[in-house]
Amino acid sequence: MTLVDFFQTLITGVLVGAPYALMCIGLGLIFGVMRVVNFAQGEFVMLGSYGAFFIATHLGVQAVGGSASVAILAGVLAGPLVFCLAWWLHWALVGRVTGSAHAANDNHSSQVLITLGISLVLQDGGLILFGSSPRSVPNTLATESFEWGELLINKAQVVSFFLSLCVAILMSQWLLRSQSGKALRAAAGNPRAATFIGIDVVHAHRIAFALGAGISAIAGGLIASRQAFTPYVGLEYVMIMYAGVILGGLGSLTGAFIGGLSMALVQQLSTLVLPHQLQTALVFVIFLGLILLRPQGIFGRSVDRI
Amino acid sequence: MKALRDLFTAREGQALIAVAVLISAVLLSVTDKYLLLVLTQVLIWALLGLAWNLIGGYAGQMSFGHAAFFGVGAYCVAAGYAYANISPWIGLVVAALMGGLAALVIGAITLRLRGHYFALAMLAYPMALLYVFEWAGLQEVTMPMRDSQGWTVLQFSDPRWFGMLALAAVLVVSSLTFWIERSRHGLCLAAVREDEAAAQASGVNVFAVKLRAMVLSGAIAAVAGGLYAAMMLIVTPRAVFGMFVSAQAIIVCLFGGVATFWGPLIGASVLVPMSEWLTANFGSSLPGIQGVMYGAAIIAVVLFAKEGLYWRISDALARRWGVGSKRKKVGESPECSTRGEDEPVSRSEAEAPPGNDDRVILDVKGLGRAFGGVVAVADFNITVRKGAIHGLIGPNGAGKTTAFNLINGFVRPDKGSVILDGIDATGNAPEVLCARGVGRTFQTPRAFRRLSVRDNVRVGALTQTRSDDDARDLTEHALGLAGLSEAEADQLASSASVLQLRLMEIARALAGRPSLLMLDETLAGLGREDLPRVVAAIKGIAASGVTILIIEHTMHVVASIVDELTVLDHGRVIANGQPDLVLQMPEVIESYLGKKWMLHAA
Repeated sequence: MTLVDFFQTLITGVLVGAPYALMCIGLGLIFGVMRVVNFAQGEFVMLGSYGAFFIATHLGVQAVGGSASVAILAGVLAGPLVFCLAWWLHWALVGRVTGSAHAANDNHSSQVLITLGISLVLQDGGLILFGSSPRSVPNTLATESFEWGELLINKAQVVSFFLSLCVAILMSQWLLRSQSGKALRAAAGNPRAATFIGIDVVHAHRIAFALGAGISAIAGGLIASRQAFTPYVGLEYVMIMYAGVILGGLGSLTGAFIGGLSMALVQQLSTLVLPHQLQTALVFVIFLGLILLRPQGIFGRSVDRI
Repeated sequence: MKALRDLFTAREGQALIAVAVLISAVLLSVTDKYLLLVLTQVLIWALLGLAWNLIGGYAGQMSFGHAAFFGVGAYCVAAGYAYANISPWIGLVVAALMGGLAALVIGAITLRLRGHYFALAMLAYPMALLYVFEWAGLQEVTMPMRDSQGWTVLQFSDPRWFGMLALAAVLVVSSLTFWIERSRHGLCLAAVREDEAAAQASGVNVFAVKLRAMVLSGAIAAVAGGLYAAMMLIVTPRAVFGMFVSAQAIIVCLFGGVATFWGPLIGASVLVPMSEWLTANFGSSLPGIQGVMYGAAIIAVVLFAKEGLYWRISDALARRWGVGSKRKKVGESPECSTRGEDEPVSRSEAEAPPGNDDRVILDVKGLGRAFGGVVAVADFNITVRKGAIHGLIGPNGAGKTTAFNLINGFVRPDKGSVILDGIDATGNAPEVLCARGVGRTFQTPRAFRRLSVRDNVRVGALTQTRSDDDARDLTEHALGLAGLSEAEADQLASSASVLQLRLMEIARALAGRPSLLMLDETLAGLGREDLPRVVAAIKGIAASGVTILIIEHTMHVVASIVDELTVLDHGRVIANGQPDLVLQMPEVIESYLGKKWMLHAA
């Protein structure tokens, strides 16, 4: 391992880290507002990747521009698609077992279980619809690089880095400034008090669930041009996302962003020293270590009170 | 031995034996190899479901990682035979040991987590193991076939024998579950599942109970994995550590019914053949149909039959025929004579209980605790004399309940000391304190909702004695002292009134034979007409020689029953002494009614 290798990996880590961080924001939003562990979050990322793939290759968007802009546009467009799907899922299934009426007497088991069921259906439904062969979104930028001394900086990664940052900033500004963003934060902070001042908590949950899914899907769409994906890819992302979110402190979006970035860095740096299988195992081990030793996160406070 | 007799005499036990006979008849009459394979798979997944049921159903700890134990078992059998020529018969024993060991290690570090943290952490173990096994070069372990004397390595010339072996395993584990359900372990598991804090306060060592269930569960799951390996003759990390295995363990149990041994049996016999049929017919065109079906099954169960088919059906039967459900729902019986009222209990008795001397039972000095910047209890001192009824009052937010939690071990104090009977008890865990003779009730009653009132009380008695008969006597005695009638004791806690729950909590604490009983706002939320019954119970308990420390708001009651009164405000003791004197102190009136009132009064 030379110094160049190290810096090359560091740069790639940061660039790849931004979409990972975006994924974590999506998950962090859902967990922060609903206090529900969503196993299907990885599947939303997977659907984002496939959404981008099908928009880019099937829907004739290619006519609009070169394949680079198509791939990028497709990645972002995958978000609204998954947003709609998640909205429907919350309306039809998740909303029936979550919310303040269910949280108290339930020990959260039905909520976790229903997302497990959704995750299985999406995963294997994806296998039926999309087949098992790995895909990636064709993008001419994926093979082009800026050169900086001996370091190569992949153009597709640079674009997805900036796009992820944009979406993350838009998201946080919306939460901070808009009326519905404020309502969402109120519903997260104290559902009961929010109800008393006239906020529809169920509606807020639905927005959070759909938005969180959509944001993770955009991240999935953005990394789709560089990383190949299969219907089963969700499980690996779910672990990275939870590790990132827990690292940053559950309930904090900035924390989630930093956490996701850190996880991507760790994963990239591990490629220098570990064989392939153990890189993935490392994510799980880090995740376990975090949850066992510091479930309140490195920066955050504990949100899980007795 | 009594358990074995129960198996043959209880209706459920007989039903289990009948089902076993039926399955073996089916197994032995089947000659079609494929059908036999499906049947054997049903049994293996049922076995895994039974394993999961112990920790996920009975103890209520949602494990999403039982593939870890299943996989360890499968690799013990497969790799042991393929690389070290260890017979799978021995391999199964090794699998059970290793599975139990893995569960001990995983449980010891993970069971401290609660709720979704536990579920998430459990998910990570099989995933990490999966990649470690792939890296270790165990991508595919094939068990060599043996031509002669195959039975010595679990390769029977007639595959029906293998099915019978799996059936035997299922039967043994079902009987074990049957026994646990009826034993004190089952009751402790139910208490842990329903309410961990209340279980702790009743003296149950929650962590030990969970860990025991986990180890047993892990060992059984590993045996299921070992049988799977011996049946398939080939093991890959994805097949045994994959998410699908963990999910299947949950689904067969949840679908069939949690916390009953019928659950996994029903779940596996419905779902496994269905998924096999789907795969056989549509598997080539719809490759993921199996997973979609399991996912849909789990969603359907969560939405429509929360605890599984078994409970759904038995509830429906119970409604129609009035029998059949194991959940005893006893209606209000007209003649409910309360034994508590029969016993003459009076204040005069309370004044001369045996051992009412001035010796101190509880001595608290300088206890303090802050949560972040909020100082809940700043400096708490109290001295409770043996045999007294000692009241603790103070305005809302004064720190009364926190003070209780500090004494009781639910919250660790930052400073100060708790001396119980002359021996230091600062920071002792609730169950340790319970064993040392401190019982407590909660501000909002914490019942084990799906147990009967009597069983709620029995949980408190279990930690006191090894003998079930003694526990029963203690329970009945406590129920009597608290003044609960037979009919009231028989009903489910979830259908009991607030009054009954308050009395139940007192009885549950009493069943642990406490020398000190801590009551947290026992009269709160009761109607005026209910008060005398609880007051009578409290006086009766004091008369029997138990010291009582009670938090209360109802002033006239406090004044009439307590011997000594401590007033807490802003986390500090502001007054202490005889109730009538204390209640006239200006600082006490001020803390309750404010300065303004004082001026008016003056």
